[in-house]
Amino acid sequence: MQAFWQWFAWLHERTGINLTIFYDAFDRHRFVDGFWVTVELSVVCVLLSLVIGVLGAWLQGSKLRVLRTVVHWYIQFFRNTPPLVQLYFFYFGIGALLRVPGPNGIAQPLVSNVAWAILSLSFYAGAFNVEIFRAGIEAVPRATIEAAESLGYGRLAAYVHVILPLAFRISLPALNNNLVNLVKTTTLAYAISVPEMLWVSSQIWSDEVNVPEMMNVLLICYVGLVGLLVLVMNRWERALRVPGFGITARGMA
Amino acid sequence: MSRHGQGIRAALARGSDLPVLLPAAERLARSAAEERAMGLPSLRLTPAHGIVIVLIFLLATGAAEAETAPVHASVIMTLLKWTPLLLKGFAFNIAISFFAMAIGTVAGTGLGLAQISLLPPVRRTASFAMHFFRNAPWLVVLFYCMFLLPFQVRIFGVEVPLPDWIKATFGLGLPVMANVSEIVRGAVQSIPSGQWESANSLAFSRRQTIWMIILPQCVKRMLPPWMNLYAILAMSTVLASVVGVSEVMTLTGDVLAAENRPELLLPFYSYILVWFFLYCYPIARWTVSLERHFAVNI
Repeated sequence: MQAFWQWFAWLHERTGINLTIFYDAFDRHRFVDGFWVTVELSVVCVLLSLVIGVLGAWLQGSKLRVLRTVVHWYIQFFRNTPPLVQLYFFYFGIGALLRVPGPNGIAQPLVSNVAWAILSLSFYAGAFNVEIFRAGIEAVPRATIEAAESLGYGRLAAYVHVILPLAFRISLPALNNNLVNLVKTTTLAYAISVPEMLWVSSQIWSDEVNVPEMMNVLLICYVGLVGLLVLVMNRWERALRVPGFGITARGMA
Repeated sequence: MSRHGQGIRAALARGSDLPVLLPAAERLARSAAEERAMGLPSLRLTPAHGIVIVLIFLLATGAAEAETAPVHASVIMTLLKWTPLLLKGFAFNIAISFFAMAIGTVAGTGLGLAQISLLPPVRRTASFAMHFFRNAPWLVVLFYCMFLLPFQVRIFGVEVPLPDWIKATFGLGLPVMANVSEIVRGAVQSIPSGQWESANSLAFSRRQTIWMIILPQCVKRMLPPWMNLYAILAMSTVLASVVGVSEVMTLTGDVLAAENRPELLLPFYSYILVWFFLYCYPIARWTVSLERHFAVNI
């Protein structure tokens, strides 16, 4: 392994291609940490946005008008403003208000920048998910729900065991688009200094002055990560396709 | 393509009382396919959004006015004082979006046509380039161009400077290119094969068929997603502030730093939001009306 890392030091001496993230242990750890923060951010945001989507879709079917209106405006706000603006709004706007005095008397933010990034990005993707799940649920015929009820399912049980699984299969292509988009949007967390891959790389290229090398590494990493996600999701989408139904989307994001 | 969808509709029309899935499923599938072709969620702006944004602006200005110390100029006067500068910045945003769209459209059309080339290597390379730039986050491509393009280039012995907003234009133009190429490819494939065959029977060459028969018909289908892409691009030009181009967001930050009055934060940013809405709303509106108009014909 050591020989493998040393090969990059040799590469640097011979060709000037300075890939410090391979032969310098400190940079390597920084970059790997950044990579995992990106993965973590993506996974947490995806899961949270799915929860928000299911909850929102459920609330949209509520009998209370106030709840429906709140969900409607939530969707409108997050769908139609740029995610960067949302991130700034949460971090600089609301984050500045939520401060508690720290041990040395200086006001400390109550919610960290990582938490704000997670919240902001999840709400952003969640707004799309609510609409997607809503459409998926609307596509389930009343007769299917009645059939479930006649078999003794309660409201919640029918929702969990009958409606959601069907709705999920219908929603998967749209969901897939949204989640891929979300993973690409995690780069915006750079703007509030979340130590994800882009931010870490910018630290490394400021320290080592190897901008072109880091840029290429970064581009390859992101394209690889998103490409892998697209591949897996497409496979899954094909496996879960409702047989004999729908537009088969050729070509993929 | 929507043969099954039509089947469902026909079944509903016949009065089948046990459809497997309701039409909402088909609508969702169609919008998902459209979004996938474009690679971006579509923008749906309504007048209500404008009203809310203006209300936020008015409320923020009113609140800030109440907080203003007597020694300072009023919030409205401060906004007016800086408006010419901010407008200059906004003009930069518009210019960046225009040029990025122009570059993206020209290159994207080429890439889209390369994707339907008869030569497998050309087709594969184009498809790879398309996938590459669609999978790369916009901000990363923007960084790439900002840092790796030189600050000036020599063309025929003449030094041409490349200011950072031009570099940002290239950085935004590349993802746009990938998205446009997919729009073009999708539109070309949506043209019925009879058009190709009849052109062939009239002795049109492949190039003539594409330029004189297929592409003119595609324009109509490409226009709505293309305009939607433009509206999203216009909003995305604020990304250039992250890499330090002196566009409207950067300038607003500078102005706020110069004024050093925290109460101005919300009025200024909501003021900019109003501008963006005023710019994007007509485009979004027009896109929807074009979509409706063309939906009948297809």
